[in-house]
Amino acid sequence: MDQLVINLLNGISSGLLLFMLSSGLTLIFSMMGVLNFAHASFYLLGAYFAYTLTGLVGFWPALLLAPLLAGAAGALFERSALRRVHKFGHVPELLITFGLSYVILELVQLVWGRSTVPFAAPAALEGPAFTLIQSASHGFSLVWGVAPPELCSAAGDICSRFPRTRAFMMAVALLMLLAVWLLLTRTRIGLVIQAALTHPEMAESLGHNVPRVFMLVFGSGCALAGLAGVIGGITFVTEPNMAAIGPIIFAVIVIGGMGSLPGAFLGSLLVGLLQTMPLTIDKSLVDLAARVGWIVDAGNWLYPVLKITLAQAAPILPYLLLVLILIFRPKGLLGTREG
Amino acid sequence: MAAHSFRFKPWNVGRWLIWGLFALGLAVAPLLWQSGFALTMLSQIGIAIVACLAYNVLLGQGGMLSFGHAVYSGLGSFLAIHTLNMASAGQLALPVSLVPLVGGVAGLFFAALLGYVTTKKAGTTFAMITLGIGELVWSMSLMLPEFFGGEGGVTGNRVVGKPLLGISFGPQIQVYYLIAVYCFVCTVAMFAVTRTPLGRMLNAVRDNPERVEFIGYSTQRVRFIAFMISGFFAGIAGGLGALNFEIVTAEVVGAARSGAYLLFVFLGGATFFFGPIIGAVLMVVALVLLSEWTKAWLLYLGLIFLFMVMYAPGGVASLIMMNLRVAAYGKLRRLWVAYLALAGTSLGVLGGIAVMIEMVYHVQLNPALGPQMTLLGATLDARGLDSWFGAAFVVLISGALFELTRRSFQRQWGDVQEEIEREIKRREALT
Repeated sequence: MDQLVINLLNGISSGLLLFMLSSGLTLIFSMMGVLNFAHASFYLLGAYFAYTLTGLVGFWPALLLAPLLAGAAGALFERSALRRVHKFGHVPELLITFGLSYVILELVQLVWGRSTVPFAAPAALEGPAFTLIQSASHGFSLVWGVAPPELCSAAGDICSRFPRTRAFMMAVALLMLLAVWLLLTRTRIGLVIQAALTHPEMAESLGHNVPRVFMLVFGSGCALAGLAGVIGGITFVTEPNMAAIGPIIFAVIVIGGMGSLPGAFLGSLLVGLLQTMPLTIDKSLVDLAARVGWIVDAGNWLYPVLKITLAQAAPILPYLLLVLILIFRPKGLLGTREG
Repeated sequence: MAAHSFRFKPWNVGRWLIWGLFALGLAVAPLLWQSGFALTMLSQIGIAIVACLAYNVLLGQGGMLSFGHAVYSGLGSFLAIHTLNMASAGQLALPVSLVPLVGGVAGLFFAALLGYVTTKKAGTTFAMITLGIGELVWSMSLMLPEFFGGEGGVTGNRVVGKPLLGISFGPQIQVYYLIAVYCFVCTVAMFAVTRTPLGRMLNAVRDNPERVEFIGYSTQRVRFIAFMISGFFAGIAGGLGALNFEIVTAEVVGAARSGAYLLFVFLGGATFFFGPIIGAVLMVVALVLLSEWTKAWLLYLGLIFLFMVMYAPGGVASLIMMNLRVAAYGKLRRLWVAYLALAGTSLGVLGGIAVMIEMVYHVQLNPALGPQMTLLGATLDARGLDSWFGAAFVVLISGALFELTRRSFQRQWGDVQEEIEREIKRREALT
């Protein structure tokens, strides 16, 4: 029970981190029609910027400054490179961001090295946020912070801790969701963005600088990715391999429906849970077959496939879901546009 | 009706000449460069040509941007090497020269299986789905060591049974000629596909899918068939690779390989049929030579790619064709001074930037060796102010000169193009 709750929370927090990335990607895609292949690279940049800034000005200012820097880098890229290929169509736009992902990865390795950097959470975020105690004598209970050792030491007591970084991740993601939603629906600039999204020519003839709005949107999307990078950097390991999250977020936005922000939210949570929940289930199809009375042993030619446990198969589950969605609901869960 | 009418079809000399030269080049290349290293390079180039042309059936002819095409060449490789091992064990009577075809059939099978899902979409969504499928297969390769061989990969031995007519496929030169034959036949076949109604429909699907749907074709089916053709030839390339290296590791299905196909096909030029052949040569040169020379090669590659997308979206092939047009009107002579100036100044810019990048890499990756490094015979102090200042100075000066020459070149180029347009109009008026 307690393990299940912790797993569920881990899955939701991973999902929310994915949402921080996929929301920026969706925002850029639905506004400009550009699929930013380098989105995960800005996630990477955010983590490394924050690592360096933490050494200079401390973690909390870095939490603010690193996304801004990543966003500025994104805006600069949009201004100097992406805008040039805009007239060639969507495939060159995708290609140029693909090239950018190579360049950023190499530059990061050039500046910060190829191995991991020690980017630790600040003292305020260290340790568990709360501890779930499954006690043989007292039943199920919850203690904020670290549980006293005497509660966990007795025989039959199981303590499960939920790290503060994960709780922080959830809080930041939800705040960000709220902020983006308020910005888009309640402010003037949000209204201009929405107008430029559907009717760029009309917005332009009303005197709004649509290319600048595009630059702003691209920069903001990259800043969101940078923010996710800071959080991801302290929660996981800060290394060049962080950019490998890219294919997952693409899977997320296809599953959720291209260009749909609620879809990206649903897809992120689904994929987050799908990546995390099966990790503790050490059962395979062989066990399932045995349950229904079909014994598959090592001699059977299907054995190598069927013996893969659910925990081992966890990395491919998001992609399997992607394939299933494409077969049964090609426009994605909450998508509106076909094709 | 049509059968009775007589159409005058002259022998297309140009076409026979080009294909003849291509075949001759494939046949003569190992005689010109005889070292063992050159032979391995040539073999890899032959394989890469098939793979890149197969990729271009999607990218150039179908407008489909795939981020996971290594899946089909890679799975072709794996099935080919397993077939080879079965033939070695005597379980299967199959000549070694047909093993690449097994790879092709495997590529076709998986392209039919996975392509059914991916080709449901076009454009950016298609790109993302291929990326997902690529990751799926890559993760599978780690989970199924029985088939993919785990960390060490699957090894094989291409010498099977008795030599036939003295050909055992043991020496590299014999494998090279097998690759050359496959390369030529596949290139001809893929070129032939572009001339069929299917090939033309594929171009139409690329350019205006809505209109194709209105005429009554299913764009999805055209994409699907093209995808299977591409998968088949990619699988042949994979099978050739398995024979050539005699080892297949999981990285052949990885994202890096898929990315390389995309990068180099684009650099070579996706809009022309022969572009990917240039791209394939560049790919092998970059992967084998450039990665030996410098650790920063991926950075260079990325930067070159960025500039190519921005300034020459047709790749090297389009640059060649543009200059051929100028040459055909006899105006290349006016441009060669500007070309020389451009080449000189850009060499200065690139050289200066490269020196700086190499110095940063040296400081980052070889701190134990001290700040001294040698680059093209010169000893540089990677931490010294003078070498940095020198490099920056060279970049600034040659950058400024480059900008000046570029402006005058652009003017000249514009003039020449205008004259050519006028000349074309004049000739049209005459006929």
